[in-house]
Amino acid sequence: MPEPLIVAHQLVKRFGEFTAVDGIDVEVQPGEVFGFLGPNGAGKSSTMRMIACVSPVTSGTLRLFGLDPATHGPEIRGRIGVVPQLDTLDGELSVQENLWLYGRFFDLPRAEAKKRTVELLEFAQLSDRADSVVEHLSGGMKRRLSIARSLINNPQLLLLDEPTTGLDPQARHVLWDRLYRLKQQGVTQVLTTHYMDEAEQLCDRLVVMDQGRIVAEGSPRSLIEQYSTREVLELRFAAGSNEDHARQLGDIGERQELLPDRVLVYAHDGEAALAATHARGLQPESALVRRASLEDVFLQLTGRSLVD
Amino acid sequence: MAQHSTTPGALRVTSWHLATYKRMWKMNVLSSLIQPLLYLLGLGVGVGSLVDRNTGSSSVLGTTSYVAFVVPGLLVTTAMGLAAGESMWPVMGALKWHRGYHGIAATPLSARDIVLGHATWIAVRCGIAAGAVATVLTLFEQTRTWGLAPSVLVAVLVGIAFATPIMALSVGAERDGMFPAIQRFVIIPLFLFGGAFYPLSQLPTAVQWIAKIAPLWHGVVVARGFTTGNVDWPGVAGHLGYVVLWIMVGLVLATRRLGGKLYP
Repeated sequence: MPEPLIVAHQLVKRFGEFTAVDGIDVEVQPGEVFGFLGPNGAGKSSTMRMIACVSPVTSGTLRLFGLDPATHGPEIRGRIGVVPQLDTLDGELSVQENLWLYGRFFDLPRAEAKKRTVELLEFAQLSDRADSVVEHLSGGMKRRLSIARSLINNPQLLLLDEPTTGLDPQARHVLWDRLYRLKQQGVTQVLTTHYMDEAEQLCDRLVVMDQGRIVAEGSPRSLIEQYSTREVLELRFAAGSNEDHARQLGDIGERQELLPDRVLVYAHDGEAALAATHARGLQPESALVRRASLEDVFLQLTGRSLVD
Repeated sequence: MAQHSTTPGALRVTSWHLATYKRMWKMNVLSSLIQPLLYLLGLGVGVGSLVDRNTGSSSVLGTTSYVAFVVPGLLVTTAMGLAAGESMWPVMGALKWHRGYHGIAATPLSARDIVLGHATWIAVRCGIAAGAVATVLTLFEQTRTWGLAPSVLVAVLVGIAFATPIMALSVGAERDGMFPAIQRFVIIPLFLFGGAFYPLSQLPTAVQWIAKIAPLWHGVVVARGFTTGNVDWPGVAGHLGYVVLWIMVGLVLATRRLGGKLYP
């Protein structure tokens, strides 16, 4: 087993009285795509900022490449790339200026920074927009530019905080494709997301965070197997009657979850559960059988849905 | 691993500012020229003729003409005004709006590099603005003197002495509402009562002392020494030492506060 790229042990981050990260243990191996999943306020971004060496650790230990951020912050920052939640691009500068000037912050020689810029424009599919001023780009293009910029120093580790939040579906897919290419090139990636499908698409392994703690860890598939049934039956009854109907479902399925707008029935065979529902004379307004997702894992673990 | 150049961190930040400036430098130089030249014309021709005719400038002002008296004040106040503006909105913008400082904080550079780099950039801007004014002044016989060259450097120093403490304030500011207040209650009063356009001795003693706290008057006195050819070297050392003190205190405060904001 190679040396882990990131090792965190009992990692804590406090802001005054508020504990954002409450003693987490994480190891990330080289080449892995690792995800922090959880709702807003779960402590994902605070964890990412500690890993990015822009937020001091309150207690516990954190090592990147075997180095301590408290003593080797600048050195570590030189070896990682960060795609922040909010773009920090310079809107008044052109696409290519944003890239090579950022390379200068890493002390790349001018020629090297310009060479990398050409490669990264290609990678981000922005070559034909090289001279466009950034504030005129679409959200998806800005995001791709942010990712390209984070790669200017050839980082061994890429940190992405909510990389596709606010993007339309098509732009998200383009972005996922780029991230998958990076994975194939062996770039280790750590990302946070509150999108289940994103975590399932991208992550080899992930942790589910809630209120500053890790509540589950594993691959997307193993988490679903461990915390959910294979299928889920979603039932919608007339408004305001979900609770009454849920009671009448009795022992159908392994487990049931009552949400404000629907009832979830966890079953290995969703169609059979639906047949059993009809057999009891219940007439839902709509019924849908789907495969279980990480959303269900989260619901099971925390009793809350991810996007409140 | 790429081979590395060895540009100091602060200068890498300065070159980023320079790249942004390249898109608008012509308008900028022009507009920073117009204001001081308007003052020169208005005060020099208007007030100047009055002063010269009625009092005899040599006895009261120690210069051959009122215009010659005003020249160093123009150079130094030009730098002060520019430096104050450049250390307000641009700093808040880089921290809160376009978040450029946060982008830099994710690289090997530090808060110290960012503050030094921005201050260096403001120094360059002050140099360009005061230099442009000085260049125009060499066109007129009344104001042409070798003393303009060192006076530009003094103006730059005074500019940085305003820039670094104001940067420290801007870094801590929650909203940009305080900036017009700084302009109205600090910069404009100093402009009017800081010894730039008439000797400080014309003012009540209490006001004189307030004016002497700020770096402006100290710079004006030194620059006036250079442009009039009456250089008092121990005085120059004392005044400039005081200006540098402002710079250092500002640098320390701005760096500390920015570090707290960027690396919470």
